Amino acid sequence: MSHRIKGKAFVLGENIDTDQIIPAEHLVYSLEKSDEKVLYGKYALSGVPERESGLPGGGIPFTPPNAFETEFQVIVAGKNFGCGSSREHAPAALQIAGARAVVAPSYARIFYRNAVDGGFIIPLESEVDLSKEISTGDEVEVDQVRGILKNLSSDRQFRLKPLGDVADIISAGGIFGYARKNGMME
Amino acid sequence: MTITEKILARRAGKTSVQPGDNVWVDVDVLMTHDVCGPPTIGIFKKQFGENARVWDPEKLVIIPDHYIFTKDKYANRNIDILREFASEQNLPHYYDVGSERYKGVCHIAMAEEGFTRPGEILFGTDSHTCTAGAFGQFATGIGNTDAAFILGTGKLWVKVPPTMKFVFEGEIHPYVMAKDLILRIIGDIGVDGASYCCMEFAGDGVEALDMEGRMTLANMVIEAGGKNGMVEPDQTTFDYLDKRTSRQYELVFNDAGATYDSVRVYKSNELQPMLAKPHSPDNKATVFQERNQPLTRAYIGSCTGGKLSDFVAAARILKKQTVKIDTFVVPSTNEVAEGLNTLRLNGETLAEIFESAGATIGQASCAACLGGPADTFGRLNSDDEVCISTTNRNFPGRMGAKKSEVYLASPYTVAASAITGKITDPRDFL
Repeated sequence: MSHRIKGKAFVLGENIDTDQIIPAEHLVYSLEKSDEKVLYGKYALSGVPERESGLPGGGIPFTPPNAFETEFQVIVAGKNFGCGSSREHAPAALQIAGARAVVAPSYARIFYRNAVDGGFIIPLESEVDLSKEISTGDEVEVDQVRGILKNLSSDRQFRLKPLGDVADIISAGGIFGYARKNGMME
Repeated sequence: MTITEKILARRAGKTSVQPGDNVWVDVDVLMTHDVCGPPTIGIFKKQFGENARVWDPEKLVIIPDHYIFTKDKYANRNIDILREFASEQNLPHYYDVGSERYKGVCHIAMAEEGFTRPGEILFGTDSHTCTAGAFGQFATGIGNTDAAFILGTGKLWVKVPPTMKFVFEGEIHPYVMAKDLILRIIGDIGVDGASYCCMEFAGDGVEALDMEGRMTLANMVIEAGGKNGMVEPDQTTFDYLDKRTSRQYELVFNDAGATYDSVRVYKSNELQPMLAKPHSPDNKATVFQERNQPLTRAYIGSCTGGKLSDFVAAARILKKQTVKIDTFVVPSTNEVAEGLNTLRLNGETLAEIFESAGATIGQASCAACLGGPADTFGRLNSDDEVCISTTNRNFPGRMGAKKSEVYLASPYTVAASAITGKITDPRDFL
């Protein structure tokens, strides 16, 4: 896995719950059948109220209408990202849409765990809330080794916290890769 | 050590653990349902092979409950996947839709079937799995990948949580319910106030609660970001379980020198009927502060507010009254539904009381608590709906339409508000 992720930022506020990430009516599609799986990309973050979707202005859908993929690779959000239900469809939907990392000052624990153990998306912790420092559409670069998020559009940079215990699981691609590497399963 | 620490230490084969330790534990029970079961099975087969067997069929419980009474073809297909897997793996604890075994909402069914045993570890692919903490079980929600890992290995890594203690001192007013207690706590500490922590409930106010009241407390710890809820088991716990299981369980209590991350003490007699206003469970207000707020709908159901005692409370208020707004009554399980037809208040069954008040009774399931397919019973299909509900979440769009509004409250408050069509203090009718 590359240590650098470069792309456009999509900015959200605090307490983005999993019902906003993927509304419950969509949890019925198969995650194995490719023709259904793409629907998770289509509806990713579709539950976010319009004025809060793509800050600071709002009104920007994460995935455009009639599309299955997003143009935003990095989600920047306020505290407690991913609160609410345990649906693993939430980090999966963000990955299926094409996002690769979330940057938030804190996460709800089940979302964080699902993102890591399932190897869907990298949940990075920023030292401060960056949702007011970065605008949707800004070009950003996340450097996991140096622990820095660089806003290429404004030429400012911000510090990220080290991944800690979960770094090994993330680099193994998830809990199954980790368990195999460590001889816990065949 | 606290109860939570002791349970995790035992099942990790260690003499002691500390908050923050990462340990691998042996799992006593794994629960899944129709939304997360099929993807869990998919991952299990991909990782362990098409012909893999689950680690211990006796420890796996599958309870379809979310999208049951719907014409949605994908939702129906998900039930078929569960049914096929249960048959292929010869699972003794599968509660099939359309059969005599069908239960309804998994967290309540888990207690009814005696799977919520003190001292054990329960993981479930649903965030409200924490409900079972009411029994002194370590119980928490996980995702599909973790559940698939357990299916193949019987183990999972878990970080030992610090424990926050919430003490209720003294007798609770008869018009205040467990739901009011937990809404107050969430409002005080916020939706991430207990992130990664165990929330333990204690004090004579909690000891006086029956098991269903304790379940309401533990059920909503996830709404403060908590990992698990905990109530120390006592005679009330044992009496409930004696009727539900013959399986032995190990009793685990707090050590005298247990260390708590924080202790918060409430004087029970100062507690009021509470609300969470739209669109967050921590958007706290007393019912009195928001009185007269107009409503379009009332909803009584779910793992939080759809137990038999919740309906007894609602019926006490609705007896000989008429509702002014659409009122939906959804028993959590078939056993609760049976109770509506057999339990009587002054000669009338609960079901008769609800029907003569003008409420509509649905079939046991999660129903509109989480919105679901468009044809779900009680779902808020219009942006104009303003609903008062005994459920657990009022995030934007949680019960259906994206702009609809949900107030969370106790069964007493929801029933009183159904009669007037606006937010109403239950004391007006008690």
